[in-house]
Order: sequence, then structure tokens, then C-alpha cells
Amino acid sequence: MVFRPFRRDRHALAGAALACGLALDPSSSHSQSGPGPPEFNRDIRPILSQHCFECHGPDAARRRPSGEPLRLDDPASALADRGGFAAFTPGNPPSSEALRRIRSTDPGDRMPPPEKKLPISSDESGLLEDWIAAGAHYQRHWSFIPPTRPALPPVRDSSPVLNAIDAFVQSRLEQADLEPAPEEDPGALLRRVSLDLTGLPPSPAELQAFSGNPSTFAYHKAVQRYLASPRFGERMTVFWLDAARYADTDGYQNDAERTMWPWRDWVIAAYNANMPYDQFTVEQLAGDLLPDATEHQRLASAFNRNHRLNGEGGALPEEYIVEYAVDRVETTAAVWLGLTIGCARCHDHKYDPVSQEEFYSLYAYFNSIAEAGTGAGTEAPPLLKAASPLSAQNPLAARTSALQTRLREIERSLPAALEHGVDRSSHPEIRRLESEIASLESRIAGSKVSVMIMQETDRPTPTYLLRGGQYDQPDMSRKISRGIPLALDDGSVPQPAGRLELARWLVSPRHPLTARVTVNRIWSQFFGSGLVETAEDFGSQGSWPSHPELLDWLAVEFIESGWNVKHLIETILGSAAYRRSSSASPALWKQDPKNRLLARGPRFRLDATALRDQALALSGLLLEKPGGPPVKPYQPPGLWNDVNQNKDFHYLPGTGEELYRRSLYTYWKRAVAPPLHVIFDASGRETCNVHIRVTNTPLQALALMNDETFTEAARHFAERILREGGPTLSSRLAWGHRAATGRLPEPAAGAVLTGNYEFYLRYFGEHPLEMRAFLATGSSPPSDSDDPTALAALTAVAHLMLNLDCTLTR
Amino acid sequence: MPGHPLVEHRLLQTRRRFFSRSAAGLGVAALGSLLQRDLGGAGPEPGSEDLPGGLSRIAPKAKRIIYLFQSGAPSQQDLFDHKPGLAHCFGEDLRNHLPMTERVTGMTRDQARFPIAPTRFAFRRHGQAGAWISELLPHTAALADQLCFIRSMHTEAINHDPAITFFQTGAQLAGRPSLGSWLSYGLGSENANLPAFVALLSRGSGRPNCQPLYDRLWSSGFLPTEHAGVRFMSVGDPVLYLSNPPGFGPVARRRMLDDLERLNQQHLQEFGDPEILARIKAYELAYRMQTSVPELTDFSSEPQSVQDLYGPDVARRGSYAWNALLARRLSERGVRCVQLFHMGWDQHFTLPIQLAGQCRDTDRPSAALVRDLKARGLLDETLVIWGGEFGRTTYCQGKLESSNYGRDHHPRCFTLWMTGGGVRPGLIHGETDDYSYNIIRDPVHVHDLHATMLHLLGMDHERLTFKYQGRNFRLTDVHGRVVQEILA
Repeated sequence: MVFRPFRRDRHALAGAALACGLALDPSSSHSQSGPGPPEFNRDIRPILSQHCFECHGPDAARRRPSGEPLRLDDPASALADRGGFAAFTPGNPPSSEALRRIRSTDPGDRMPPPEKKLPISSDESGLLEDWIAAGAHYQRHWSFIPPTRPALPPVRDSSPVLNAIDAFVQSRLEQADLEPAPEEDPGALLRRVSLDLTGLPPSPAELQAFSGNPSTFAYHKAVQRYLASPRFGERMTVFWLDAARYADTDGYQNDAERTMWPWRDWVIAAYNANMPYDQFTVEQLAGDLLPDATEHQRLASAFNRNHRLNGEGGALPEEYIVEYAVDRVETTAAVWLGLTIGCARCHDHKYDPVSQEEFYSLYAYFNSIAEAGTGAGTEAPPLLKAASPLSAQNPLAARTSALQTRLREIERSLPAALEHGVDRSSHPEIRRLESEIASLESRIAGSKVSVMIMQETDRPTPTYLLRGGQYDQPDMSRKISRGIPLALDDGSVPQPAGRLELARWLVSPRHPLTARVTVNRIWSQFFGSGLVETAEDFGSQGSWPSHPELLDWLAVEFIESGWNVKHLIETILGSAAYRRSSSASPALWKQDPKNRLLARGPRFRLDATALRDQALALSGLLLEKPGGPPVKPYQPPGLWNDVNQNKDFHYLPGTGEELYRRSLYTYWKRAVAPPLHVIFDASGRETCNVHIRVTNTPLQALALMNDETFTEAARHFAERILREGGPTLSSRLAWGHRAATGRLPEPAAGAVLTGNYEFYLRYFGEHPLEMRAFLATGSSPPSDSDDPTALAALTAVAHLMLNLDCTLTR
Repeated sequence: MPGHPLVEHRLLQTRRRFFSRSAAGLGVAALGSLLQRDLGGAGPEPGSEDLPGGLSRIAPKAKRIIYLFQSGAPSQQDLFDHKPGLAHCFGEDLRNHLPMTERVTGMTRDQARFPIAPTRFAFRRHGQAGAWISELLPHTAALADQLCFIRSMHTEAINHDPAITFFQTGAQLAGRPSLGSWLSYGLGSENANLPAFVALLSRGSGRPNCQPLYDRLWSSGFLPTEHAGVRFMSVGDPVLYLSNPPGFGPVARRRMLDDLERLNQQHLQEFGDPEILARIKAYELAYRMQTSVPELTDFSSEPQSVQDLYGPDVARRGSYAWNALLARRLSERGVRCVQLFHMGWDQHFTLPIQLAGQCRDTDRPSAALVRDLKARGLLDETLVIWGGEFGRTTYCQGKLESSNYGRDHHPRCFTLWMTGGGVRPGLIHGETDDYSYNIIRDPVHVHDLHATMLHLLGMDHERLTFKYQGRNFRLTDVHGRVVQEILA
């Protein structure tokens, strides 16, 4: 089924859609939004944007006809009298020239021209007709209007309403005549929360406790506990690294190693400290420009040095300096504005009101960096020698800070004369502390690595519009000054003078985009997709929000809470919508396959990091140690040497604990990204990515069945099942099943697991060589206290459990 | 709208697509996500009369493609683009012959002189069209009547990474889907047990330290991951994670999969999530790959005469010759796109020695592949392409000696050959000036090549689109012209 319901007559649609099992998609269907004429933003702009704006939109250079250009994105042009007629005549479809041309059967007359291959369907032209008949009312693009807090909508049934989110969701469900699902099974729910907030499953003890007392109070306590866990920062950072295109190598050509990981640790620490998102923003975009910037603030600015860096012999620095600044603009725009501003590098944006000149006005905030253009990342100025800000990672720093505190205490207790330096050195305690601090500081300096950071040149680099976006085609007649796009400038703040002011503008309370884009992205972490499905595009071509008022409510709540990320997440997780069972009737799956209306709980496959970390956690192998240099877990042989410059360039897996660290710390080589991540849809970390994708492929099945990581983890999981799972086979299988999926097995599943165990017990009993080989997988030795045949059989069952759909999904 | 002919047609197409894909190698799309795509997340345009994926009504000439990518940029002056007049200009500064106002790379732009380096290899004319071919490529030369030489290829990029990325994705910067993944997206897979797009890598013996490659060259970019190329490995499992864990043989695996399906079916009954069904199918396909791939990479069933055709290197797994034979086996099993990447063609220095080594690696196997396909009647439905990412300079990089020279990067002209389904055999298309510096007739841009390839496979390059970040992306961006002149 390939047509979109919104193109059909809305009344006919609802019945027809249900009758033939068609899905309703609120983000593209105004049939669901209540009665009334089509609305420009929701119904009309998408049609005009898709079919017309290319030649009748924001791009001045391509606007047609060349004599009297017509803009359909601008009512001043679209409704204007063009010598006895207008493109759209409000209230009068028959005398609307655009509609006539759209419906014309003459190929020479028809719009869009047939060679554009973008025909407008009769349903779409029907919507246009309705809209013109109702007055052809234009609206400013919705996401450019600052959000205000909407009133909660009334609902008929308030029992599924636990907080404000649910009021919006319930009201929408009632319009669609859908019943929300009940609350999820407690174990599965706790597992969902734990995986979402920490990237790890709950411990068996936590599952036991919560399943015994799944009260609302216990639920909120659990949410707060996970939010307070240092694992929370690690989990949030996984998503941020994709947005920040973080990697451990430079990316081009020889793909040299870089050491940006202290910045990654800064992000973890910031999330764990619940740093307000406005501060999080300012420090990463312009920490170097803050007054008296601290070392950590300068480190934060490494965000915009994470882009790829070309060290190829023949590369021209002037070309790549342009590419880096462009990358910074595109990344900043995608992450904070949710706009595809990169389109305007070469020409005016074809859909959104961003001119080419405005692109270079933004670019001018990012191109005055004293950078070399080419070279390896460890030597590419501006550099900061930095250590990890995570104190656990850096015990020396923690000790130094403690000694400094002690020193200040002593100094405060001393007489004024001493305090002012008179014979300080005669004080034995001060002497001892100072000497130890000096020695620690020199050791810390030795452990620091080079991090590329931002640092402004003394004077801004002159910026010119680059014709066609080409580095060597500056239009010297068009010198560009810094500034924000006019469409986003409501005049409430002066044009940002520099990068710092730009960052502050992004998080100013009336900014129309930043809060919406951010809450939408965070929402997508918990629901698998955003209220706006196109997390990367809030522009004209982006999708219409499934719940526009809810999005605005959350955005305002986020701003008014002081950009409090943990508060936002607690609010989302407090909703009934999040807590619902993800089981649904076939009719509902058909009717709302993407769960846009949130009648059921979110259900999607775990991402690459959570899949591996879950297996390590269940097995007890997981070694939790926050931060530090990247590590190299198992990887199939040969992956690196086939593609590298030198055929003897091998991947050397780490040893001991390095094999069992969280996947967040896995070494990310851009030329050959870690295979488990790639197979499970990770972004390539070449450029900014804020869109979560989930696929389901045979290569994923092969990896889960055969990667050493999962086989070794299964054996250790089996050992745990033997130790902790009670005395009988059935108690053990139940324990293991609950640890992996959050739920006890149904009787039928228990029978399959028992049969599976008995099969392997017999199989390995008859195949002792295979049994030993199977137990020897991985670098950790098998336990010698257990009966090897039983352990091998239980390992096979544990491995099966790690492959269950319910284990791979949350 | 039941009963509406267009809707009925689309419903049928959707069902067909699902069933054909779910029975097909890596082309398998999750039921859920396939439906989502077809319901309007991405894919066909609202109101467009197109079928999903933007397929159009061009009759396909080829069903599959084998792309022999010569990574590093082979020298056109020393292989195909013969300039006998240059023999008299040895060592003269090219700037005295040409304005040379265009960009050169950072490696040679500071050179005081740009001495002309005539090729030191002998050329002869071959075939009815009299194609000039170097003595380094005797096997290729013998096939001249079957090949179509495009001597007027040109590109925009001047450094390897952006240039290879451009050839692979139609854009210099990373992030777009690769050619093979567009084919997978547009055409799906023909084989239930194999991926639609396979990448095979080999190292050149001409230059041991060579330009590296990167996973993104066969990645799916913003297309769904199922369309990514699967790299076959030269060591270990041919496909990552193909082998069962030690001690866990086929009997043990079969039982695991049977019980896994039972348990997942129970979950499916409970949750109703169609994604569970897709996962069950994915595991079954994985199992089938486990049995089909080892058979595929075992050449013992190939007659000795066939192995001899490819030359002695065919016995060495991971060599170009081995990959060429594997390419034929993959292709005849319906893999849409097989792409070989042979590294080591970047002859900045000691070109005569290095280039001879590269040609030894590839000449015989490339020709063998074409002959082998033809002998099996497969050449008519397979498009075979041979070429690198740009050309090389007429002037010498570094010191010019009578028997030794090197060449820098030159994007303004280079040679590529193609043959097979829908291509005019024995044709020489395009011409360069007396210095192999500028194109003087029939230029073919990389976008044009892409448009032509898609055309031969039955797709309109302007219709094969995917909506991402608010824009309909194409392999050819907003460019590309089908080179009608080279079509059979």
C-alpha cells in the first residue's frame, strides 16, 4: 500500500481505511485531526513543498517564470494579482490559476511539468481545492513559531492519564476511537526502563523486588535510581556520539588515530551531573570563548572538532578548511535547529527559507579557527593537552583536588600574616601538601593527551559567498558578515556577534527550534521514533508531528525547568504511554503499524551497544570502568589488513578487562567501523546522525549466533544460572529467562527450554570433543567446578535465550 | 480504496515485493519496515505513479553488474590512451605546450618543472576498431572486439578518498549510499541465500603499500542497512560470523534454530509484532547462508580449464584472480552487484615497475572473467566494467629518467572499459588531446556513467530516489545523462 491517506477524501477515507485494513498515519493524515478545512501547515505545505517549491519557492536563482517569478511559499506572491488572475484566489478555486494548471491534461500546460516526474495526485489537488475554497489561509511554518504551553485537552476517559503527556495522547486516541493497552508486565517494564536509562538490564534482584511490588511509588523510585546511576551518562552519551560524529580516527585516507576521548568523557560527566542543556550547548559550541574558560570548558568545545580530517598527501589545506567549517554548520544545524541547512551551501535552500548567503553567514561563525587544514588529528591545532574529566578515570586528579581543598582549609585557619605568604614554607603541613600537589600535577600532565578544540583566531577570517559551494570559487563581491537566518530572527535578540553569542541564541528561551528538536530527539530514544519522525528535519520537507501540542508542551516544560534533561526524561517515563504493554491485537498492528498514536507501549530492537552490553551484564563478564582511552574487544580477523595501506596492519584485540568494557568505549576506526556496531545499524560516524534506524537482517542473526562475544557470554550466563537459579532445572530455566527478558517463561516456553536442555545434554554427552571445544570459546577459562556436560548444555540454552526476540527487543 | 485499479496494482506489488524479498538473500526487508516504507515514510512520492523504489518502464538490458574497480587510478597514458607524439617531447615542460591553469594536487604543485614523461611501453592496435592497447595488457587486448573503451571519462575529485567515494556514491563526501546498494534497493535480490551486493578486495603486487579502502565504499548510506554491500573476506569466514562456534555443528545449530522459532512464534502470538516474523525469517536466511556460502567459495567443482583461464593466482584466496572467479560464481547465482576492488594503482613513483605488477595481477583474470561469462551465455545479461577513480598526469612527478618516472593524479581524462549486457562491443568512445590532458570529444562524467549503468539495468536514474532529510536523493544527484552512443 503506497498511497498516503491524506490524499483521499477524509470522510471516505476513515471508513475505507478501516475496511481494507489500511493504516492511519497521523503525521500525514488530517483525517485524524478533527473536522474543519485543510490547514496550511499540516496539509498544504507538504504538497507544495514536495511538488512546487523547487521552482516556486525560497531558491531565488531557480524561481520561475523568470520574468515574474512566482512563489507559492509566500502568500504575497501566491495570492497576488498577476494581470487578471492569481495562483490562488481565496474562496474561489475555479479562478485559481495554479489549481487549473495542476489539473490540466495538456502536457505543455500542466504543473509540475511532466519531466519533473513529480505529479500531484487528484487527492492532493482536492485538498488544495478545499483549502482555497476555505480562504487559502497561509501560516508561518509551524516550527519557526516559538512554542507556547498549550492547555491540556479534555478527555472522556481519564483513567489512562497519569501526567500531562497522557492527556494529549489520550485525547488523540479517543478521536481515533482506540483503546490504550494496559500497563506492561512489571518485569518487562522494569527491563524497559533499565535498558533505556542505563543501557543494561536490571539485576535479577531488582526484577524480583519490583515484580513483587510493582507500585507506582516503586516505579518512580526505580526511575530515579537509574537516572542517578553513573551508567545513565554512559547511555545518553551513546546517542550523543552519533550526533557529534565522534570517532577514534581521522577518517580520510590513512585514517590516522586521534585522541578525542577526554571530550567523550566530558559528555558522560555532564550528563551524569545533569548539566542544564543550555549550558551543555554553550560549552560544546563555544566553551573556549567563555570568560575565564576553564580547562573543561575548552575541552567541551572539541565537539566541533570531531569531524573528519584529511591527512592525504595531495590534499589542499584551503579546500579542507572549507569542508570542516561546512561540517560544523551542518552538524550544529542538524543537532540544534533540526534543519538541513547544508543544502544552502551551493544554492538557496529549495524548501526552507535559508538563502545561500545566510548559509555563509552561519559559516562565518565557524571558520575563524587557527587550523592547518590537513594533517593528523593528534597534531592538528588548536590543541589542548587534556585528561579525562571523569574522576573515577583519573584518581590522580581526584587526589589533587582533595589535597587542594585541605590546603585551603589550613590556609584559612592560619593568621593573616601567614596567609599572605610570609614564611608559608615554614608550616610543615603546607610544605608537605604543596610538594605532593606539585608531584601529582606533573604526573597528571604526563597522562594528558592532545585533544583538538576550538579557538578563535585574533581577527575573524573574511568570509565570501562560495559559488556552487566550491572552496576556490569565492564571490569577492559578496563579503558575508555573521548572522542568523532572517526566518529565525524575531528581532528579540541582536544578531549574535560571535560563536558564543550564537550558542546563547540557540538556547534563548524564545528560540522556536532548539527545545522542540531536543525533546523530540530524547523522546525518540524512549519510543523508537520521534513525535516528529524526521528528527533531522523540522523544515518544510520534514514530517508533521503526530502530536503537535504535546511536542510544544514538552518543549516549554523543558525550557521552564531550566533545560533539565533528567526532569524531561522523568516526565516521559512517568507517562502511561511509556508504561503500556507493547502487545497488541492484529487489528491494531494493522491500523497503526508504526504506533504513531501510542495506543501500545514502544517495542523495538536494542541498539548495537545495548545488545552486547546486555549479554556481558547477564554473564557477569561486564567490567564497568567509566571513561579512558578506547578499547578493542573481539573482532573477526582480517578486517583491518585487507583495506589498509599496509597489509600487516592488524587489529589486535585487547586482553583481560579490555574485552569486557561497555561498547561505548569500543575503538571506532572510521575506515573499518566495529563490525557489530555496523551490522546493527550504527551510524558510520562520518557525519552527524540524529536519526535512529532499526533493521532486521540475516547478518544480524549470524553475528548473534556466532560471534565469540555471545558464545562466551552464554557460558558465563550459564554458570550464573547454575549458581543463582535455584535447585531444579525448571527454577534455573525460569531464572535465566527472567534475567534475559524480564519475564518468567510461559509454561509452553518452559517446555521448549526444558526440551532444548535435554537435547544438548544428550548431544554433548555423545560428543565430548565438541563439548570441550564449545566450552573453550573466548579468552576466559571455563569453570572447572561444574559438570562440563551439564554446563555445555546449559550454555547452549543460555545462548538460545540471548537470541530470543524478547531478549533482543525492549 | 479496494477495487481501485491503481490501489489493487500497488497492493499486489507490495505483496509481491514482500514475498520476493523475504525469499531473497539480504534483500529481505522486515515486514514491518517494508510496510512502513510503502506507507509513506520514505520511498515513492506522494501521488507519483511510480512503483516503490522508483522503478520505471525501461526494458533492462542487463540483470547484474560486475564492477572491476582498479583503486588508486591506473595510468591511461601507459595502458589505453596512446600519444605517440609525446615520444619527441621527453622532458619538455608541459607548460610550454599547454596553459595548465587547472588545479594540481599538493604533491606536485610546488614542482619547478612539469616534464613530459612519454610512456615507455609499446602500443599496438587491436580489433576491428583498432584500439590502441599497451603491451602490459595482452589478454585484454585480445578481447578488443568485445570491449567498449571510454577514453573520455572525467571526474571532479583530485584526491583518492573523495574520488573513490565519488565513483561509489555520486558524491565526494561520505554519507551517500553506494552504487551497489542503490541496485539492491531498486532491484532487490535474485537469490534467496545470498546478499544482493558483494564487495571483494585484493591487494596489488605492483605497490605493496597502497591507498587504503573504507567500509563506507560499499555501505548503504541512508538506505536501510539491508542494502549494504557484504564484504567477502580473504581470511577467516568468507562472510563475517558465518561459522558456528567451535563444537557447535550443524545438528546443534538446527536444533537451536527450531527451538528459537518455536519460542519466537509464541512471542509473535502474544505480541502480534510483525517484526518478530521478520526476525524468524532472518534467522532462517542466515542458516541458508551458512550452507550456501562455503559451497560458493569452494572452487573444486570448477573444471581445470576454467581455473587455467584465470591463471595461477586463482589458487590463492584473496587474489584478484580468485575474486574474479568468485565474482562469476556470485553473479551466476543472481547477485546483483559484485564489486572487486584491486588496490595499488597509485604510481607516483617507479611507475614502470609498479604498473607492470598491477597489470600482471589483473589482465589475465579480467579477460578470463569476460570469456568465462560469454562461454556460459551470461555476458549478455551481465554488465562488466573496468576502471579507476581518475587518470594520471602526462608530466612526471619527481625526477624524470629515461626508464623511470611517476605520475600524479589527473581527473580531467582517463579510460574505462565496459562490456556485456546492452553495451556496444568494439567501440572506442571519446577522445583526448595530444597530451592526454583535456578531452576534445564526447566527455563522459561519472554521473553519466552512473546514469548509463542504471539505464542498462532498467532503471531511470531520475526516478530511483530515496527521501532523506527532506530531499529526494539520487545516485546521480541532479546530474547525469545516459550515454546513448555506447548502447548496443
